[in-house]
Amino acid sequence: MAQVQLNKDMFKIVGKDVEKSQELVRPSLTYWQDAWRRLKENKLAILSIVMLALLLILSVVGPYMRPYSYDEQDFMSINKPPSAEHWFGTDALGRDIFVRCWMGARVSLFIGFMTAILNFTIGVIYGGVSGYLGGNVDIVMMRIIDIIFSIPQMLWVILLMVVIGQGLHTIIIAFAISGWGGMARLVRGQVLQLKEMEFVLAAKTLGADSWRIITRHLIPNSMGPIIISITFAVPGAIFSEAFLSYIGLGLPLPLASWGTLASDGSKVLLIHPYQLFFPSLLISITMLAFNLLGDGLRDALDPRLRK
Amino acid sequence: MENRDRLLEVKDLHVSFDTYAGEVKAVRGVDFHVDKGETLAIVGESGCGKSVTAQSIMKLIPMPPGRIKKGSIIFDGKDLVKFTDKQMESVRGREISMIFQDPMTSLNPTMKIGKQIMEGLIKHQNMTKKEAKERAIEMIKLVGIPNPAKRVEQYPHEFSGGMRQRAMIAIALACNPKLLIADEPTTALDVTIQAQILDLMKELQNRLNTSIIMITHDLGVVANIAHRIVVMYAGKIIESGTSDDIFFNPQHPYTWGLLQSVPRLDAANKEKLVPILGQPPDLFKPPVGCPFAARCDYAMPVCKEYYPEKTQISEKHHVHCWLQHEMAPKVKNPIVEGRR
Amino acid sequence: MFKYTLKRLGTMILTLWVVVTITFFLMHAIPGDPFTDQKRIPAEILENLKAKYGLDKPLVVQYFTYLKNLLHGDLGMSLKYKNRTVADMLKSGFPVSAQLGLAAGLFGITMGILLGIVAALNHKGFFDYFVILLAILGVSVPNFVFSALFQYWFGVKLGWFPVARWGTPYHVILPAWALGMRMIAFQARMMRTSMLDVLNQDYIKTAKAKGLSKSVVIWRHTIRNAILPIVTILGPTIATLLTGTFVIEKIFAIPGLGKYYIQSIQQRDYTLILGTTVFYSAILIFMIFLVDIAYGLIDPRIRLDR
Repeated sequence: MAQVQLNKDMFKIVGKDVEKSQELVRPSLTYWQDAWRRLKENKLAILSIVMLALLLILSVVGPYMRPYSYDEQDFMSINKPPSAEHWFGTDALGRDIFVRCWMGARVSLFIGFMTAILNFTIGVIYGGVSGYLGGNVDIVMMRIIDIIFSIPQMLWVILLMVVIGQGLHTIIIAFAISGWGGMARLVRGQVLQLKEMEFVLAAKTLGADSWRIITRHLIPNSMGPIIISITFAVPGAIFSEAFLSYIGLGLPLPLASWGTLASDGSKVLLIHPYQLFFPSLLISITMLAFNLLGDGLRDALDPRLRK
Repeated sequence: MENRDRLLEVKDLHVSFDTYAGEVKAVRGVDFHVDKGETLAIVGESGCGKSVTAQSIMKLIPMPPGRIKKGSIIFDGKDLVKFTDKQMESVRGREISMIFQDPMTSLNPTMKIGKQIMEGLIKHQNMTKKEAKERAIEMIKLVGIPNPAKRVEQYPHEFSGGMRQRAMIAIALACNPKLLIADEPTTALDVTIQAQILDLMKELQNRLNTSIIMITHDLGVVANIAHRIVVMYAGKIIESGTSDDIFFNPQHPYTWGLLQSVPRLDAANKEKLVPILGQPPDLFKPPVGCPFAARCDYAMPVCKEYYPEKTQISEKHHVHCWLQHEMAPKVKNPIVEGRR
Repeated sequence: MFKYTLKRLGTMILTLWVVVTITFFLMHAIPGDPFTDQKRIPAEILENLKAKYGLDKPLVVQYFTYLKNLLHGDLGMSLKYKNRTVADMLKSGFPVSAQLGLAAGLFGITMGILLGIVAALNHKGFFDYFVILLAILGVSVPNFVFSALFQYWFGVKLGWFPVARWGTPYHVILPAWALGMRMIAFQARMMRTSMLDVLNQDYIKTAKAKGLSKSVVIWRHTIRNAILPIVTILGPTIATLLTGTFVIEKIFAIPGLGKYYIQSIQQRDYTLILGTTVFYSAILIFMIFLVDIAYGLIDPRIRLDR
């Protein structure tokens, strides 16, 4: 603030420069750009994405990396610990655990993703309708959810599995029927909340029709929590499948999932711990990756945290 | 008023927040003082640093990311900047109290109102529970809440917004603090309730002789309560003076703008409301010159280059503006002119 | 408060009825009858068996008989264990499961809340990250893996605790720990988030502005408010605990309800499946009812709002 070089020219009134005052000094980011920036900063979330990509790739190519098939029994090499021939060892029937683990990955990931997609679809429709219509319809629809989902999902799944029989498709059906409650509640909450917001009202006063409001305003604005919920639904289903297989309600033989592999492995845990180790490790890594990613997404997508 | 003792003196206060984008300089060298029994109003737009200044006095800004970079806060002869957290505990609530903007969220929802008043009393005045409760009932009565004995047993959700703010005032004044900081105490309230709360504060000040710092963005609010007014813009004080100075002889174009954007009811005044166009600067990268230059009708090239020095108008009235410089052209003061 | 309780009670009974009905009809929607897999049963005996279990009557009649019997605590006879009633089996299994669940629950809640508090107070510090990691591990690793690890390590390698079975307090530790892991993870995470949320509330600033010491602000103002959401997720947590017992009891060879349940599923013992499901549901619904009431007691805002 040195009082140097002041001259008459500097004291001519030039007036305001409103444009300049509104110039943004901070980089301006859209919602998704900002979310991506936050996600990128989260090293654990990025690591999780890499891990999940790796798991997906291995589930595709893994079974072809070794010269065995997943149901090929070899009675000459039963319960062999990990070695150069059998990287993850062999099981009680002499089957290669490495190949079985990656076949299991296909099944487990398939179950996980299918369940998430189905839950999402049913939940969005049910919750969307309930929230959008509101009033008594909403009350009744939500009461139904409250009642049905006051019983843990696992009990329903078990019942359904007993009724419709074991199998890959029946597992997915059972998960789909019993798992959409949370998503429906979430979507309904979002819709109700957004319906009341000023910008939707503003859109209405400007003459936008319902379809436009739903596609342009409601869906984009409720995507954040929904994406997060889907991210948590995938590992949830994998977990539940493992649980079911473990109690003997999972996939029929010789199909393998991480759950059935872990279940088989646990029977010989005290003698051949490696048989439980590998499938459990894969389940845990997958769960970990999805959970970390979900957390990262939650931090990244939650607009309340934006500063 | 001249010979009253200084209660609080803030000197060259700098407060910054560290964010992902870098340092946000929220308060950039602020000086002001408060005398005993006096009401000082700090006025400015949202984001000008007035709340941060207030919370810095109580050292209630979250640290980190916030930090007091420089300056001193002399209260009753002691520098609060140097105080430890433990030492601050005996200042907060006892010497200096604070009321916040939103009475709906400022009270603990799961604690009875009475208990919330009693807490400070038990801590600072070594009262027993019974004494504290009696005093709490007294306080509730003092702030004009009917049925005090019943009210202390109630929870905040059983109070209306105005009642809650009264309860906040009761909490703040329970220990007879020397200084009360009110951070936009009426902003969240209905207009009719606003006037009641202001009257209450004025009345209690007369009765208890408490000094008040009133933080607000609304000049209308301070008109009949403040003795002196400090106008802040972009983390700096740009003008300060007595209430009369600011209302009748303001010198800074920003103050003119503020006054012209306040609706007035006196019939003689037919002038239109004049908005201040544009936005205050982002304190992430404050401008080098006068921060108001970009929005100022009277901006000159010098304004964009250098920050204006303090000019003393009268003993209590000073301003930071290049228009005061001898080389500057004489401009009409729209407030003074408009009144003629 | 009384009205609120009454309303909850009504909801509870309605829910239970719906669950019983759905379960009953689901079980009877299974193609064939429970005896078809037992081959070479003469037609007459089959008829007799059906008559014994009341399966020869129309479904609706069976349903009302079931409801009537249910009110008297009669859940029917087991199909596989001749001459044992379902109620008997529940009576013998439940105390064991309840002990296990209670131990795991108490352990899980206390540890979870404690870890959550400490993590929040150490926000972005070492311990915070440690708790986050622990919480994520806790939900990522299936409890049968924890069980196996604990059995292998503390049971076999170190020999500190019995590997399996039931009887002494020592037998409770490993299974309760394995069962509680998920709960610790959930609660710690929830408590941490909730604490951080409350710490940002205006009323915490008010409390600080009163000059209260840090510990008073935390104990009196933060924790009490932060625990409220924990109470609301107690319902789902108990459900997780309950389903967890199926696997844990199987692994540790604990003679609890879960073991019977799994057995009944594997043996397709329909009356036992039905009975156990109804029993589980009843317990859960009752627990959720208790949680709701507790919430009403803790949070003064609830009482008048509804």
